[in-house]
Amino acid sequence: MAEFLIKNGFVIDPTQKINGDIADIAIKDDKIVEKAGPGAKIIDAKGKVVMAGGVDVHAHVAGPKVNIGRTMRPEDKLFKSPHAQENYRMEMGFSIPSTFKTGYDYARMGYAFVMEAAMPPLHSPHVHEEIHDTPIIDEGALPVFANNWFVMEYLKNGEIENSAAYCAWLLSATKGYGIKLVNPGGTAAWAWGLNCLTIHDPVPYYDITPAEIITGLIKTNEYLGLPHSVHIHQNSLGVPGNYAVTLESLKLAEGVKARNKFNRDQVMHSTHIQFHSYGGDSWGNFESKAKDVMDYVNSHKNITVDLGCVTLDETTTMTADGPFEHHLNHLNHLKWANTDVELETAAGVVPYVYDKDIKVCGIQWAIGLELALYAKDPSRTFITTDHPNAGPFTRYPRVIKWLMSKNAREETLNTFKHCSKVVDATDIQSIDSEMSLYNIAEMTRSGPAKALGLSHMYGGLGSGLDANVAVFDLNINDMPDDPQKIEDAFLRASWFIKSGQIVVKDGEITNHGNKRTVWVNAKVKENPQVTRDIHDKFLKNYTVGIDNYSVRDYLAPNPYVINVDVEA
Amino acid sequence: MPKLITQVGCPYCGASCDDIEVLVSDDGKKILETRNACVIGNEIFHHVSNPDRPKRPRQRQTDGTMKEISYDEAIDFTAKTLIKAKKPLIYGFGSTNCEGMSAVARVAEKAGAVLDNCASICHGPSFLAIFDNGYPSCTLGEVKNRADVVIFWGCNPMHAHPRHTSRYSIFPRGFFTNKGQMQRTVISVDPRETDTAKLADIHLMIRQGHDYDLFDAFRTVLRGYDIPAEVAGIKKEQILEAAEKMKKARFVMIFFGMGCTHTDGRNHNIDAAISLTRDLNSITKASIMAMRGHYNIAGPGQVWSWQFGFPYCIDLSKGTHAHMNPGETSSIDLAMRDEVDCFVNVGTDAGAHFPIEAVKHLKKHPFITVDPNICMASEIADLHIPVRVVGVEEPGVVYRMDNVPIQFKKVIDGPEGVPSDEELFDRIYIRMCELTETEPLWIHVKEHAKASSSQVE
Amino acid sequence: MATIKLKPYKTPELYLEGFNISPDVFVGKSPSEIASLEGREGKTRIELGDFFEVSGTTGATASDTNILIDGDCSRVKYIGNKMTDGSITVNGNADMYVGGWMKGGSIHVKGDVDSFCGIAMEGGDIQIDGNAQNYVGCAYRGDWRGMRGGTIHINGNAGNDIGTFMLGGTIIIEKNAFIHVSTHAEGGTVIIKGDVQGRVGGQMVKGDIYVFGNIQYMLPGFKEIGMIEHEIVGEKAMFKHFIGDLGERHPKSKGKEIFGNLYLRAS
Repeated sequence: MAEFLIKNGFVIDPTQKINGDIADIAIKDDKIVEKAGPGAKIIDAKGKVVMAGGVDVHAHVAGPKVNIGRTMRPEDKLFKSPHAQENYRMEMGFSIPSTFKTGYDYARMGYAFVMEAAMPPLHSPHVHEEIHDTPIIDEGALPVFANNWFVMEYLKNGEIENSAAYCAWLLSATKGYGIKLVNPGGTAAWAWGLNCLTIHDPVPYYDITPAEIITGLIKTNEYLGLPHSVHIHQNSLGVPGNYAVTLESLKLAEGVKARNKFNRDQVMHSTHIQFHSYGGDSWGNFESKAKDVMDYVNSHKNITVDLGCVTLDETTTMTADGPFEHHLNHLNHLKWANTDVELETAAGVVPYVYDKDIKVCGIQWAIGLELALYAKDPSRTFITTDHPNAGPFTRYPRVIKWLMSKNAREETLNTFKHCSKVVDATDIQSIDSEMSLYNIAEMTRSGPAKALGLSHMYGGLGSGLDANVAVFDLNINDMPDDPQKIEDAFLRASWFIKSGQIVVKDGEITNHGNKRTVWVNAKVKENPQVTRDIHDKFLKNYTVGIDNYSVRDYLAPNPYVINVDVEA
Repeated sequence: MPKLITQVGCPYCGASCDDIEVLVSDDGKKILETRNACVIGNEIFHHVSNPDRPKRPRQRQTDGTMKEISYDEAIDFTAKTLIKAKKPLIYGFGSTNCEGMSAVARVAEKAGAVLDNCASICHGPSFLAIFDNGYPSCTLGEVKNRADVVIFWGCNPMHAHPRHTSRYSIFPRGFFTNKGQMQRTVISVDPRETDTAKLADIHLMIRQGHDYDLFDAFRTVLRGYDIPAEVAGIKKEQILEAAEKMKKARFVMIFFGMGCTHTDGRNHNIDAAISLTRDLNSITKASIMAMRGHYNIAGPGQVWSWQFGFPYCIDLSKGTHAHMNPGETSSIDLAMRDEVDCFVNVGTDAGAHFPIEAVKHLKKHPFITVDPNICMASEIADLHIPVRVVGVEEPGVVYRMDNVPIQFKKVIDGPEGVPSDEELFDRIYIRMCELTETEPLWIHVKEHAKASSSQVE
Repeated sequence: MATIKLKPYKTPELYLEGFNISPDVFVGKSPSEIASLEGREGKTRIELGDFFEVSGTTGATASDTNILIDGDCSRVKYIGNKMTDGSITVNGNADMYVGGWMKGGSIHVKGDVDSFCGIAMEGGDIQIDGNAQNYVGCAYRGDWRGMRGGTIHINGNAGNDIGTFMLGGTIIIEKNAFIHVSTHAEGGTVIIKGDVQGRVGGQMVKGDIYVFGNIQYMLPGFKEIGMIEHEIVGEKAMFKHFIGDLGERHPKSKGKEIFGNLYLRAS
């Protein structure tokens, strides 16, 4: 380990309310420190922007559904894997890159932490094998809970304590990070080929509603005091008119206060909100309801959201929302993978082409950007593409370009075949605002780190935080006229120091760094009933032995475990 | 006191049973007894104690005999051979863990090799169908807990996967299927009256090679159209009866095997089966699954997909990118066309499984076999390197036929000085780096430490 | 039209990947520059000059450039890879991927070709005087966008998987084909002058198939709807008109379902 002094850059750090001041950032070993010693290696950041390492709150980067996406799409690799750095691992794939390419490309963009957004518990060893093979970046993974037989049974009976004991056990068994909900109840219904399209549709057999599952898991999460809040992919994703369901689900968080020791304020993180902000009642009169949704989010401080911006690419959709993928497959008729997972969840994968010349795709693109531009508090609104669902994560810099430049938005809009129809169905043309680099740092650094309960490690440049520092070739006082240069700068960092090591220089990988797996170990008091239930279900219903279910330690060779002592 | 180890994974077939109990001698060196395993699984556990098992590499001499050499010499020879070859083929992986597959992938990338696995001569056509049409599938627990119509198409689990029907597919009493077999309708599609067909409620004795036609008939019937009086040797009435069972089911499960993947049309048979599954999902719930052969043959498809984006037939010779196109980059085609100039057989027996013409072509060039046991591939090889037996002497992750990862245990120590596949290939990799004067590339510090600290001998 | 000549003088030990053999790449280059263009034999980088004597001149544009390969290319892959214009003539056989991802221009192979001839082709003409192996005018693995345009004419026999996932263009096989014609097709025309064993039009959504000879096994998803007279590749004949694959999904146009057409010459 060494010492570094990143000199004379324009520092942007919302955690310290620093906006472009010229300052030096000192690093000793793997932490940011007040002052560097005389032997520190100097990195000249003059005329460049200095930010903390990026934090991605939601991306599908590791695990069975990502991998069936890779397996079933050889054409996602053909002529689309241009980047090979000599003496580094091969980099393959565009929308669903290989694990090597995933790690390298995030590092090139200056990202330090990425949350795998949906881990099927039964497949958690697979998720950790892939995380193991993803170089450089730190990662966590959110197990899915909202269609789990145990959870539904406990919550139906209002047994929050039992639900909490089970969730704590599953987090530690899977080396998971927090509580993810995907189409609560709907995915369980999909096991019989059905769905729950509103939050009041009862789940077949279980006699519980999505609303009850959501409320119960919020209570469970706050009972445990986990670093992150519940992280919800709501019901009725991708359906015209779904914004009503979205608002109704968001309301379930009203009046609930965050209870945790991790500086987290929200009790619900609503993910890829773009897919949930649709008006109209058919694809014919499909329109944006971004304003209605963001008005609600703006006035409720205990909610955070991420965008899920459509990037107008050929990509691969994948989600634990099994019935949605089946539905999508009936719209585009392309290949369809599905995996129903015993007692726990399901997943589906379908390739998708967001064609700029299709009206609906243009409107989806506009909605993603509108949501950000309507946000009153960018530090509760995070940039994502729900990678790879609305577009690959390598398009974050393009999303940043669109948010920072009205010209860039206009330029894209003007290439649409149905430009005027997109304008009619959205507010995109009338929004003049342009976001600042400070806003971008809030949306990609300080905000998501805080929402994940990781603000003591990531998201800022204060002393004591992890030494993750990215330098981008942008002059805050003389921003380029050509917005494309903004995208280029964020796509390939000039420097990226991760955990105190230079991992990227001039946009090229220089080191495999010191990758970590971050997971949460919540300790609850012994609960004999839950222990008995778990053993019973493994005996009768699972097809895997309980001994072989929990992820073994060697699969996460460099863990960072956050211990949570639950005071009942 | 002998020790009973429970919930042990079985390194035999794709059912990857993990409920085996193994009684191990006091000193932890000998397996005394196994419980729950089928006869073949049981044999695998006991086979490790075979006194004739090779414990050192053997290299062929100019007079044709095999001579024992050290692991260092074997590693050096393998490293040099891989570096020298213009296009080596590394093939196998029916019987090793994912850690080994990952280590081999690193070597293959460094060597500019073609990396392929036994799917190439087995369920490769299923991959081609998955590329074209997707894979609506589920885990085996869904079959156990829900399936009420189970179709075995071109497969015979009673012989090939002996405990499949009792653990997952026909007999078990699941959550929504608490009457077990009584609650399930079993349909067998097979040209022969196999033991699985004998168990079935409906046996469609299909004319061999006409699976595609029969799938098309089912699909046509399900869309409400008429079909000819006989398709693929099956009477229309029988087809209608079976179609009716599928439509009325709550959960239809289609298992398919080599009978589909290795008759005319191959991938298209599976492709049509997937289309049938898709169609059925508009009527009820349906799922499909390949009856993968070995306990971890699903593993390379997983590991290499996340590392290179392709499950098999991966040509890494281009340096900048991986290329996959079965028909060109598949092992048999490469061998038959004389397109490779070095062959490494890992954890399988290409000597027994490949057509003789393909083996003859491969034998023109260096031929290396890595396998715990004596097999045809070891006996025709220029170099045979024995390794530990995964699932018995070496733990690790394996992928069951439904792509569920199972963390296999080790029950006894391997023979002294014999490395695992992972250790062996990490050492070959380090040797290749030394020879080419390049830095080894590890993602984790630990991996490097493990590779250098586990030097055998 | 300027002609640049490649005379093979050495057979590769493995196979030569000649992905640079295309008028688009050759145009404006001297014989020595062409001789130093990259190719690959396994992991070894080679130069075209290691295997070919190069002579002649290239035209001012790709369209003015004719490449004449005067000899056998049985072990050379990717001839005419991604070409957009100009022409290539091979006085002998060629290996896999002749005219792969081709957009325009023409290729004439006077011998046989191996598999994947015209894979994912978008335009141009391919003429093969001999036989073709499998996957004539097919899609790349996993891609639902197969051949989109252009013409492939095989004077001899072809193997299986002709026009898989075809969207447009024409494939003509003068003699017989094995199995799987226009599987998953959503357009395009395949004409087979000889016999086909079976699986014609399986999972076909749209498109046209003409078979002049015999189909040994007709798929159950095809239904005869009448007789029709067509003039096709200069031959006027009566055809039995089948529609299908009735087992597959079909789009609707003006409320009417659109099917794939299979025309089987009435004997």
